[in-house]
Amino acid sequence: MRHSAAIAIDIKEQADIVRARQAGRELVRSEGLGPADQTRFATVISELTRNALIYAGAGTCEVYLERKGASTDYVVVVSDVGPGIPDINLALSPGYSSGNGLGAGLPGVKRLMDHLSIESRPGATRIVASMSRRRL
Amino acid sequence: MRIPILKFGRLRLTALQSDLTDEIVDSLQSDILQAMSMGEADGIVIDISALDVVDSYMVRLLSETARMVRLLGGEVVICGMQAAVALTLVEMGRTLTGVKTALNLEEGVRIATAALDARGDRV
Repeated sequence: MRHSAAIAIDIKEQADIVRARQAGRELVRSEGLGPADQTRFATVISELTRNALIYAGAGTCEVYLERKGASTDYVVVVSDVGPGIPDINLALSPGYSSGNGLGAGLPGVKRLMDHLSIESRPGATRIVASMSRRRL
Repeated sequence: MRIPILKFGRLRLTALQSDLTDEIVDSLQSDILQAMSMGEADGIVIDISALDVVDSYMVRLLSETARMVRLLGGEVVICGMQAAVALTLVEMGRTLTGVKTALNLEEGVRIATAALDARGDRV
């Protein structure tokens, strides 16, 4: 069951990336998870929101907590209305980055999280990344 | 806002905070190169103990800065990485390639000084 977003931040400038990752870390910490999960989660938010800002010029970042039995899913959703990711498989392959060396974050996000899904077409990109943790 | 670079004998010391935007880190890179290219410093120690997120952008920037400083003939040591950051970097499949690292600032200064001594630099 999906509740309203625990965090919702518009990504319009670099400072919003910092705000989003700090808010994500704080949320995970308040749920009782340790420094490793706090850092994983904050890093994923940083990667995804930067991609939105660089490639689409802006985006939104939402974080949801989904209670599932004895576990909680920590879900990040980053959306933008930019040009889209032309080749998702390529963007997910390790070592890949676009020409300027940016946007190399997706393979790392995939490795840090339990789940990653990408829907992307021109004008609508939506990336959902989540990790599942036993409730403390 | 600019990140201060402190003079410490032949070395320069600087410390990154956790809430830095990419832009501020970019300007630190050019400030470091500027300081090194003036010929007044032989090495730099970068303390990242306050960084609680090192993402792919920061990794790229730190690795690039280290490579650039070495091209100028300088030594670079990055010190104080938090354990959770190291864990996250390794899980992501990333590493700081070709950069000397140290547990803390004291050790970082010792390693940088030893590297300069080993090549016989005296200022």
